[in-house]
Order: sequence, then structure tokens, then C-alpha cells
Amino acid sequence: MLFAVLYVVFIATTPDEFGNGDWRTTNFGAAINDPGAFLRVLLDAVTFAGLLFIVASGFSLIFGLMRVVNMAHGSFYLLGGYIAYEIQQWMNPEAMGISLQAFQVSTWEWVFPLLVTVACIAAFGLGVQQLLLRWNQGQDLRQALITIAVSVIVADQVIAHFPRHVPPGAVQFGGNAVSIAWPGWTNRFVDLQLFGVEYSLARLVMLALGILVGIALYLWLYRTKTGMVIRAGVDDRQMTSALGINIQIVFAIAFVVGASLAAFGAVVGTSQGNVAQLQDGQWLLYSLVVVIVGGMGSLLGAAVGSLLYAIVFMFSAAYLPTTGNECCTQYSIVFTFVLMALVLAFRPQGLFGRAS
Amino acid sequence: VKRDPKTLTERGIGVGVLVVAILAPAIFNDYWLDAILTQALIFGMGAASLIFLSAYGGMISLAQTALMGIAGYALGNMVSQGGAGGESKGLLLGWDPTVSLLLALLLTTCVALVFGAVASRSYGIYFLMLTLTFGVIGNLFFGSVTKLGGFSPIAGIDRRAPGFVGDVVNDRERLYYIALVSAFVAYALIRFLVRTPFGLSLQGIRDEPVRAASLGFTVPLHRMLAFTVAGFLAAVAGVLAAWWNGQVSPDVLGLNATISLLVMAVIGGLARIEGAWLGALAFIVISNEATNRIPADGLPVIGGTFNTVIGFVFLAIVLVSPDGLMGIWDRLWAVGRRRGGPPAVEVALSEPAAGAPS
Repeated sequence: MLFAVLYVVFIATTPDEFGNGDWRTTNFGAAINDPGAFLRVLLDAVTFAGLLFIVASGFSLIFGLMRVVNMAHGSFYLLGGYIAYEIQQWMNPEAMGISLQAFQVSTWEWVFPLLVTVACIAAFGLGVQQLLLRWNQGQDLRQALITIAVSVIVADQVIAHFPRHVPPGAVQFGGNAVSIAWPGWTNRFVDLQLFGVEYSLARLVMLALGILVGIALYLWLYRTKTGMVIRAGVDDRQMTSALGINIQIVFAIAFVVGASLAAFGAVVGTSQGNVAQLQDGQWLLYSLVVVIVGGMGSLLGAAVGSLLYAIVFMFSAAYLPTTGNECCTQYSIVFTFVLMALVLAFRPQGLFGRAS
Repeated sequence: VKRDPKTLTERGIGVGVLVVAILAPAIFNDYWLDAILTQALIFGMGAASLIFLSAYGGMISLAQTALMGIAGYALGNMVSQGGAGGESKGLLLGWDPTVSLLLALLLTTCVALVFGAVASRSYGIYFLMLTLTFGVIGNLFFGSVTKLGGFSPIAGIDRRAPGFVGDVVNDRERLYYIALVSAFVAYALIRFLVRTPFGLSLQGIRDEPVRAASLGFTVPLHRMLAFTVAGFLAAVAGVLAAWWNGQVSPDVLGLNATISLLVMAVIGGLARIEGAWLGALAFIVISNEATNRIPADGLPVIGGTFNTVIGFVFLAIVLVSPDGLMGIWDRLWAVGRRRGGPPAVEVALSEPAAGAPS
């Protein structure tokens, strides 16, 4: 927290220059001189945090209950993105393998791919859990290695088979970047009435979806019987099953929900950006950083971790020197490391994690 | 003195392997020597740094590939020269190759010290995740910082090897022997280190971190130093890999490379150092055979490339024998002599100790 605040203060003192610039020159001016740009970057960060939260909360849920570090979480995301693309292309045959634009897509043509994708990935996740992980319960590292093996196979199979809809006459390159479109009504800018900023409605929808997922997870975990059992399982697995609760069913439910969240995040992420090979590793990194910073298995930790990481990510991308002598360099990844190192130096279990 | 028959057999095999390794240039053709054996020695050393941490420190580190890559990048940036006939990427410092070599090793060891300091208070699965993050960050760092190389590789590192190393571009036999000597020294160093007081306390910490802490051992310091030693070994492997490849690119520290090194270590066996080179050799031979045999349009029926094959091999090893090939070997002996008594070697994957000292 302190780090993030200091960082923003540092940025706000960066003077704005034009031309070739020096080490202080950034894409945007200082926040004081150009509050609109600052607000836009802040909104970029917060909306990106919504997407991060959707994906990382699934990762965190699976870990919190089952102590399974699902290294295939990024693979679920990758596969989900491509499945959503195929379904949306199948619903719009006139697209002919070219990624659709928002004005071509109705709400149903976005929601239906979402439902199918979530169902597919949930089934796949259930298969992985039942066939490969169930009988290894309690062997953390072995389960992590098993999911790494799954992720290697999925990454290669995705390149071999996706995307299936390609423009006629074009050569299919496995793992090419494709995207799906948000529903048409999101394709406009909202005037925020603040510093003259107009902001993309789609990105705000992304944030809203993240918040909705957060609220739904909260209500599910803290206001229902299943949620109560899951929280009991997080605290004491053996005692919960000794009370006559079938913990295996609870594990299966948690894994299915975790995988579904990866798929949901994939549909949202593919609508906003695209999906391409190697993004499985990227999303695994995002999930890892979020839960390492926020703390394992904590809903609030996942939310705060997403927010912190998104802020560091977006602000360092926007406000670090990128012109002139420093051309084309992105140092933002260094700050990801600094964020993690700082948090771990003071709290090895993450901000909201409980000591084991 | 009556010797354990298993130890004697292993010593015999070890001497046999060493003799074959020394005579290898006379036995194998050039392709096998360079593409299979040299590569297996180099990556086996990287895997050995991983297995050293897992077998004696209870830490499965996925940052070793990153450290190899950092050593390669450090060397590449220091030795590469600008101007006519020079390289185009990196800092192009054009320093003396010997100085650059030493500095690259030193720098990488220092980076390992920092990584170790950050990770030393994390245990088990947390340690694995944290080091994986270091690895991915290393990859993205070199990919996005254009001054240090950027996405395209720094080439020509093999042309600027120090004088005592010689011409590694043309004399590949020489490079093989350099890799062999380095691997042997690394193996001997690890075997020596685990018998020192430091190594013994490290193993105590692996088994019982809480008890070791209450006995007065500084647990994070020991783990950090072990990580630094492993980082030095990885740095040597990284420099050798840079000479062998002739170049470094962000791919050498990417997620695929990280997983490949882990697969090598797991195939060989995470509990014993010997497994590192065995696993690397098995991985590279499988990779070579698969590349030769898989048709251009992918595997029959399921499609995909070598990665699908190695993914299933990896899955099978983890499901059947989490201790890899060395674990199978140990278990065969344990079955042979079963008249009660404990199994010979502890299983690395069965959690060392869940509790972390606070």
C-alpha cells in the first residue's frame, strides 16, 4: 500500500517534456499538469484489476481449499479463450475466420460463448481433478508437477488445433492471436464529467463483472451452506470430513468453480484484448503474483492483490521513461518484482494470508 | 570392511560412465557428441543445481533456468563488440573475455543471493511458486529491456571465449571436455558440500525447519546460502550453454525452458544428484528421437509436437515414480534386500515438513 502511494507521488513530480526528452520523459505528463491522463491510467488499472481478480480468485480458491497449486490455471484460460472464439465464429458464419467487431455482435452472441466455454472448462477441470489429482491429495509438490505436465500438453495441443476458423485461403498458424467481440452496446465511450475524460464502456463493464464475481463469491462462501462447508474445509480438512461431510464432493465443486472462473476470465480477456499462444504462462504469472501478494486462499487478498498489481503494472507502463534514449524499453516487469519482494519481506504469507 | 553391495555397484557404474565419457569422442560421431552429450552435460549441470536444492534443502526451485539465462546475458553483454564485424544487440561493452566470464559468474551469483534472500522464508509449494515467478520475470525482463538485448538474440558469444577455453566455435570436442570437467567438478563439489557442517545443517533444516530453528540455526540464512551456491552452479551451466548455443535470447529463460529443466530433473529423480545428468540425457535423447520421427503435420490422431510427447512422459513419471529413474533404481534394490529395515533413500516429494518457523 505504502509502496503504491509513494510510487504515485513519485510520478506526480515527474515533469512533462517534449521532443527527444531525457530519463524523466514519459508518455504522459505529471499528474498535476495532466490530471485527465492520470485518471485514464488509473481507470485502466482498476478495470484491469477486475479481470485479474476474476482469473486469480479461481486460482486462489482452489489453493485455499485443496492446497493444490494449479499450474494449469493459465492453460484453462488459454483453452477457454480459443473455445469462446470458435463458438462466436460458429454463431456468425459471415465472419469467415476474421475476429468480429463489437457492432456485429448481440448480447446473446457474447453470453452463449461464455456459457459454453465455462461449461467446457469446468468439465475439463473436473476431469483433471478426478483422474489425476484426487488420489494424490496432500502431496502438494506432486500435484503441482502433475498440473505442470497437463499445462505442457494443453499448450502444445492448443497450438496443434486452434484456431479452427481461419479466413478462406489463409494458412492456419497454430496459436495465432484471435479475439472475440464484446456485445455491440458496450462499443461506446462514457463521458465521466471529470477532467474531460471519456472512457470505454467495455472496460467499465469488465470492472463491473469483476465486482459481480467478487460479490457472488462472497455471498456463496459466507451466506450459503456449501460456502460454510468450504470454509470449514479450508480451516480443518480432517475435522470437516470427520463430521460426516463428503469432502471429496466439496473439493470437486471448488475445483469446478475455480476452473470456471479461469474460463470466465478468458472470455472477458479475449473480448478486451486477444488470446494467443504463450498467454497461458502470462496468466499463470498474473495469478501467481496476485495470490503471492494478496495471500493464498483469501478472497479479500485476491481483490487487494489484483488492485495492487494492476496499479503497479499500468502505472509503470505509462509513467516510466520510454522515449529518446530509453526508447522501446518496458521496465514495468522490474516493479512487479519489487512489489513482490517488498510484500514478502514483511509478510511472507502475503498481505491477507494466514500463517500456516 | 564389508561394503554395501549397492554402493559398490553404483561406484562401478560411475567409473564405467566416466571412462565412456572420457573416451566419448572416439566412440560417438560428431553429431551425437555435440548435440546430445555436450548438451546433456550442460543442462545436467543446470538440473544438478535444481536437484541439489531439492534433495538437500527441500526447495524445488524453478529459477535455475533464469539464473542460467542471466549468466548468459551478462556474458553476452560484456563480451559483444560493436562496429564492423561485431554484434548489433546488447550493450556491446567489448570487455576482455576472461574478466567478463568472472564478472558474469559473480553477477549471477549475486542475483541468486538476492533471489534467495527474498525466497528463503517461503517453504514447499510457496517456494516453488515464488521461484517460478522469478523465472518468468527474468524472461520478460530480458525480452522487454531493449538495451540488454530485447526480443532478438545476442549472437557471437562463442566467438569471444577466453583464451584458456579456446576456440569453441570449431573445436566442439574441446567444448565437450570443458563441459565434462565442469560437470565433474560440480558433482564433486556438491558431494563435498553436503558432508560439511553447512551441508549437514542444511539437511537438518530440510527435515525439521522448526526444530533446527529452535536449536539455534539461522534457517533463512542457510537456505539463502544454499540457493546462492546453486545459483553459482547454474551460472556456470548458463555460460557453457551460451558458448554451446553461440547466442542468448529471452527463450533460454522462458517458461518452456524452465519446465524442460524441471522435467529433466524429475525424470532423473529429485532426490539424488546423479539423476540430473541421467534425466538430461534421457530428455535430450527423447527430444532428438521425437523430432526425427514426428511427421511435419503433427502426431498421428491427437496432433501436436514433441511437447505433447514429453508432457505425457513427464505425467507418467510423476504419476508412477515421483522420484524418477533414480527412484526406480533405489526401489529395485530395496525390493531385492527386503528383510524389513527402512527404505534406502527418503522420498523427496513426500513433504519434508509442513510447518515453517515464524
